[in-house]
Amino acid sequence: MKRNPKKPFEYSRKWSMRLLFLLTMIFLYAPILVLIIFSFNDSRRGGNVVWKGFTTKYYAKAFANEELMLAFTNSMTIAVSSTIVSVFLGAMTAVFLWRFRFPFKPLAEGLIALPIVIPEICMGVSLAMFFSHMGLWTTGDTPWPFNLSNIILAHITFSFPFAAMVIRTRLQSFNREIEEAAKDLGAREFQVFRDILLPHMKPGLIAAALLCFTLSLDDFVITFFTSGPNTVTFPVKIYSMVRFSITPEINAASTVLILLTLVLTFLALRYQRPTDVSHDG
Amino acid sequence: MSLEDYRQQPTVFAAFALPTLIWLLLFFVAPLVIIGMYSFGENVTLVEIKTTGTLDNYARIFQPEILVLLWRSLWIAGIATILCLVIAYPVLLNILGTRGRLNEALGWLWEIADAALNRVGFGQWQLLGESFTPLKMLGTPGGVIFGIVYVSLPFAILPIYSSLERLNHSYLEASLDLGAGQWKTFYHVLLPLTMAGVVTAAIITFIPALGQFITPDLLGRGQVDMIANVIERQFKRANDWPFGAALSLFLLYITFVLLAVRSFYDARRGQNS
Repeated sequence: MKRNPKKPFEYSRKWSMRLLFLLTMIFLYAPILVLIIFSFNDSRRGGNVVWKGFTTKYYAKAFANEELMLAFTNSMTIAVSSTIVSVFLGAMTAVFLWRFRFPFKPLAEGLIALPIVIPEICMGVSLAMFFSHMGLWTTGDTPWPFNLSNIILAHITFSFPFAAMVIRTRLQSFNREIEEAAKDLGAREFQVFRDILLPHMKPGLIAAALLCFTLSLDDFVITFFTSGPNTVTFPVKIYSMVRFSITPEINAASTVLILLTLVLTFLALRYQRPTDVSHDG
Repeated sequence: MSLEDYRQQPTVFAAFALPTLIWLLLFFVAPLVIIGMYSFGENVTLVEIKTTGTLDNYARIFQPEILVLLWRSLWIAGIATILCLVIAYPVLLNILGTRGRLNEALGWLWEIADAALNRVGFGQWQLLGESFTPLKMLGTPGGVIFGIVYVSLPFAILPIYSSLERLNHSYLEASLDLGAGQWKTFYHVLLPLTMAGVVTAAIITFIPALGQFITPDLLGRGQVDMIANVIERQFKRANDWPFGAALSLFLLYITFVLLAVRSFYDARRGQNS
């Protein structure tokens, strides 16, 4: 029976399907590979197809580029601060949506999911107008790190719904009888939360934090609109470098960003996978 | 698992719900209200905008050159969405068809790594295109569609993946046992059963594709502008915020209509089954 090619979900045995799969993989990963390979090319023009020899000088150049490094520091500061708040808000959101029945719940759920679905440009534009209307706009001489506050607020707004989603999935596996037992044995509401619910949520919190960090680090459109003058983040800096001229320095900088994203994603995956977290709950 | 009524524990409920709701009202709803206000306003001076209740900004959306642009955005996003679905569906059949935890991990990786990677991947095709140029991609709709498919594919993958994963395989086995071929089984059994996922995938791909800014900007080189590029110009160069606000809201209305279509579709399916 196992060898019967007509068995459902055995499409992968067909060579045509395999070819399609392979082509899609190439479509998705070849550009990234090309980008990485040519960051080591000893040529002045980025993406030059002619291989001129191996060099790491563009990495040195990227790391010596002060503006690029400032942009990198900004991106990191934004990502760390927005992640902390996003995970906190996301955890609260996940708990109240998971635990309570209340009027207009579908409306509240819709509102919380909306920042995930609406086009980024709408969110960027609306936040930019909001900050300017409220007089919260940072100017060129706002001292660091306060000139990043608008971007941080914007990043929290679009990333906490993702955190809530991830944490809520984790809460679904919580056994409420444990909570009842604790309450029967005299634990107060806060003790139950701190000693029982929070440890159960931990893998979800870590996965959510890594997700929020990556989302913040990689965001371009919303940052582009909410950043004040002279406030540059890593993706925005790369964008302006690409517009100016393409050099292997951009490839090198992008490679660093891709590597960082990859590492964080792998870690998030490890915490997200139920098989890896089953032994602690 | 039963849910607690919020009235049993009003303080606990408030402690968990209020921070989120306040945050959303302040940084999500209020900004939308403000663009709503600005979209009915006009520039009094270079920096000052007054809400006068004018409908001019909305009327300007129906100018021929903006309509051309809207139409282009719609068809580019439409073709990109169809391509995404056509690529995502068979690829997922492949991933789910092979067995083991490797594929599970692969599926996961695929979704997440790509969602993340694609955000930074914007410069790559430009780098390739400039050096190879065997196909003229830069500055053509084809190039922009290619780029949008590249960044949108993960959005299409996710919903189809979840609907395929939940599928009961015995329906397919029954169909094959009763003599239907692979194609017939696909068309009459597999596709209808996973249609909800396909519809969600289509909508969730189409919405961000329609609002794409960076792909037409870098790959279109100003030749293949979409709505978002015009919105950006109103803010960064033309300094016409009210018109930019009206355009963004228009894009938002399209989003709401599409989301409504999806809930309508879900509700109708719910009735049938």
